[in-house]
Formats: sequence, structure tokens, C-alpha cells
Amino acid sequence: MKILVPVKRVVDYNVKVRVKSDNTGVETAGVKMSMNPFDEIAIEEAVRLKEKGVATEIIAVSMGVAACQETIRTALAMGADRGILVESDVDLQPLAVAKMLRAIVEKEGPKLVILGKQAIDDDMSATGQMLAALLGWPQGTFASKVTVEGDSMTVIREVDGGLETVVLNLPAIITTDLRLNEPRYASLPNIMKARKKTIDIVKPGDLGVDPTPRLVVIKVEEPPKRQAGRKVASVAELVDKLRNEAKVI
Amino acid sequence: MTALVLIDHEGGLLKQPSRSAVAAATKLGEVHVLVAGSGVQAAADAAARLPGVSKVILADAPAYANALAEPLAALIVALAPGYSHLMAATTANGKNVMPRVAAVLDSQPISDIAEVIDADTFVRPIYAGNAMATVKSSDAKKVITVRAASFDPVPNEGGSASIEAAPAVDMPAGSRWVSAELSKSERPELTAARVVVSGGRGMQNGDNFKLLDPIADKLGAAVGASRAAVDAGFVPNDYQVGQTGKIVAPELYIAIGISGAIQHLAGMKDSKVIVAINKDEEAPIFQVADYGLVADLFVALPELAAELERG
Repeated sequence: MKILVPVKRVVDYNVKVRVKSDNTGVETAGVKMSMNPFDEIAIEEAVRLKEKGVATEIIAVSMGVAACQETIRTALAMGADRGILVESDVDLQPLAVAKMLRAIVEKEGPKLVILGKQAIDDDMSATGQMLAALLGWPQGTFASKVTVEGDSMTVIREVDGGLETVVLNLPAIITTDLRLNEPRYASLPNIMKARKKTIDIVKPGDLGVDPTPRLVVIKVEEPPKRQAGRKVASVAELVDKLRNEAKVI
Repeated sequence: MTALVLIDHEGGLLKQPSRSAVAAATKLGEVHVLVAGSGVQAAADAAARLPGVSKVILADAPAYANALAEPLAALIVALAPGYSHLMAATTANGKNVMPRVAAVLDSQPISDIAEVIDADTFVRPIYAGNAMATVKSSDAKKVITVRAASFDPVPNEGGSASIEAAPAVDMPAGSRWVSAELSKSERPELTAARVVVSGGRGMQNGDNFKLLDPIADKLGAAVGASRAAVDAGFVPNDYQVGQTGKIVAPELYIAIGISGAIQHLAGMKDSKVIVAINKDEEAPIFQVADYGLVADLFVALPELAAELERG
């Protein structure tokens, strides 16, 4: 079966983001960009399913500016077979992304779509669930273990109280949590090979989707800064401060 | 303008994050709540006593027993015509269900709001809370999850709402609940605790987390952990505090052996008082701590337990 894996280009998780002085967003010029970490886990899971003989082809999809091709190349170097870039300069929000993914799913016919559970830039945690709803497919969100058995799949999910196991009929949607796997590093030969793999480029209009954002960003601000407090010299002083100064115990 | 809030509940009790979601909804207008599950009359009765709630919609059917997203989203979509805002707390359940609802309604969800400006405009954290975005929705129906730590929960008592049965809805097939393996604890839940004691990589192994027990017992605290401690297998996933784990804002947060990666700070920096105990005085956690103690935690923890005992 085919597996589709959307991959998002985001500010690298190690970068400390800065709000722009005109409060229109965060500074991305000259900032290191990488694949969203949860999407790396998604690609890794797809590659493992291919190595087990469950998957036959892995398609990596990215949406956004032309530079998203780099993110797709990373996915190809990790083991995806080909890529699709939906090129757009618009701020693409989860609803539009889910609609464009639906169009791609309808064309490509994957039986499984694996997405990251959230992107670390907008922290929306929505696209996978929305794609599942648009397709009328079942969903296994926040997955920490996935086992495909014929036409169904067992998913262990990370929930607030611990873990939950569900069985989904295929086709289905998975969103990845941190403990699903540890993504591999692409080897140099595989990075070279990835350069020869195909990336098709389409536009939102080709997919019949109007990507205009539904949420207008009015402003982006720094959160209130916490002042560093002070060091205490001993446990006794700490407990004294908590009792008599902060009065929290 | 009426908001419908999906309530998380367990064993007839309402989850505190849902009471925070109700608090956010009361800023918008009239509030109805949805209690779905199997054999959940007690939870519906409890929801009817929440101040500010004028109606409880009770969906009591086996299909809702384990809060699978597919039937629950179908139910909320069926109820949607009566509401301007469809809301839930940003919990595993709310995050699982609400975007599914939004997609069917052709609405862009507004995840994890921290502030209500007006009926269309909300403030939400982005980039792990390192920036706050004010966003205005142009959708007819807003689908919203609420950051519980940002809204004081409504009290448990004080209201007297009517209870009405939900309409029957066609149940989507395709998913089946099998089992749950939930952490058992006598302690308060992380997202509801007045005090949280968290351990990090510095704890070195799962056994050493026992050193936190006497302190947590004495303070009535929940025990949490950094991602590093969860990834290393010291404690289960549901202990994780951070950008992709639980967001907490207790009166007192005690971080032990936690260096303070931005992803962890994202989950606890709104705590009223933060204490850090770490042997590395350069650890970034000290930049947000009200009280920092540079010490070997294996020395400091027994001392702290003894000092609290002396109370």
C-alpha cells in the first residue's frame, strides 16, 4: 500500500524565536529551518513500514514556499520515494492544508496518511484530525505504537491519563507522538540518491482549494517576561522563603 | 450567541480543565455543555451545578463510552446549528475531537486560546509560548480549544441548569476502542494540582523518582517530569510537562534536576511560584525560577523532605 506523509518546514526546534519589532509575526529571515520534528517521526514510521513489507511506496508532501523542497529532500533522503510540493506564498492554515491533502489523497489513493501530531511553529495540532474528517476516515492521534494487520491497524495512543489502544479500519490517519520511534539520520549515499528522486510541483488552484487564511493575525507579541528570582543558599532557606515570603506552603 | 462546551469527565466527576473551558465560554454569552458517555447521568448532574451553565445536553449511549473521536465529532456536528462557538479544553480528548468537528463545519479551529478578546478574536500561544498571537476568525462558527491554565475554573457548585437528552446520531464505523492502560495515582492530576513537583534527566533513573514521593505527599502535589525523563523511560508519558505534553500553572512548581529546555518552560512558565533545584548553576531553568538552589538533588531532596516534615 501507498503511504502519504505530509512534512512541514518550520523554524528549527533549537532556535529561540524572536518577535518582529512591528508585531506582525516572528523573525524567520536568516533563521535555521528544519523539518517539523513530529514529521520526521512520521517519515521514519512510514519507512519502517516499507522495510517490513507493509508499505510499497512513500510519498512526502510539503506545502508552502519553494524552499519547502529542501524539507521534501530530507524526507526523500530518509527513505521516501517521491515528493509533491504545493507551492504557495500564502500563510497556509490547517483547514486549507487538510483540504489540499484530501485532493492529493483522492488522486494518489494511499491507504494510510501519517502526520506529525502538531507543528512546533503554530502549535495547532489540527491537520491530521481535519484530514480524517474530510475523508471520513478513522483517526489514531498521538500514536506511540502502530501495528498494521491486513485491513486494520492497532494504534496505542498517548492520552492524558496514560495509554489507550484502538483498532482502526484502513484507510486511516495516524498522528505521531514523541515515543513512536527515533528517526534515523540520512546517510550520505541516501542524500545523494534523494537528489535523483522526483518532486512534482503543483499550486493550490490545481487542487481546487482556496488557501486564503480564515484566521487573520492581528498582532504577535512577546509573552510577559518572567524575572529571574534569586538563589537561596540552603534547603532550610528555601523552605523558609516558600513559607514566609511566597506563602505557598 | 451561545457556546457549547464538551465536558471531560471520569467516574461521574468533571475534569478541572473543562471547568476552565466553561469559564472561557462564559465570556462569550450563554453556555451549554455536552456530557457524552455511557451511564453518565451523575456527570450530567454535576455539570448542571456548574455556575454559568444554562443547559446540559446529555448523550448517554454505549457508542460514546470511550470518547472515540469519530462518534463524538459526529454528535457535536449534529448539535452545531444551535451554537456560535463549539469549545473544549485543550486535553487529549479536546484535541482529538474538535479539529474533526471544525473540518466538517468548514471552520479553521482556534487551538489552545489563552484569552478571549471578543466573539471573533482570541489570543493563543505559538512557538511553544514564546510568542502570543492575537487572531481574528472570519468563520461563521468558531471551533475552539481552551488552555486550561489560562482561565480560573468555574466552581463545582452554584448553578442549576436543565438537562436535555441529545438527539440520536448516525455513528461512523471504522474505529473501535480496545483498552486503556492508565497510570494509577492517589495524587491530584497534573493539570489540576495546586503544587507540582517535577523531575528531569538529573533524577538518573525511575527508582530515584521515589525521592519525590515524600515531598509530593507532604505538599499534596502532583508529580511531573521533563521530556528527557519520559524519553529515558524513568516515568510514563502522562507525566510529561511541556510544549507537547501537559501545560500546568500551579501555585508552586518545583523543578528538580531539570535543565529547562524551552519546550519544558513552555509547559510551566505560567506557574505562580517556580523553584528550581539543579547542580548546574548555568541551567536555563534558573532564569525563570523565583527561588533557585544550586545543589546535588540527591542531597537536597532528603533534606527538603525532612524540612517540610518539621513544618
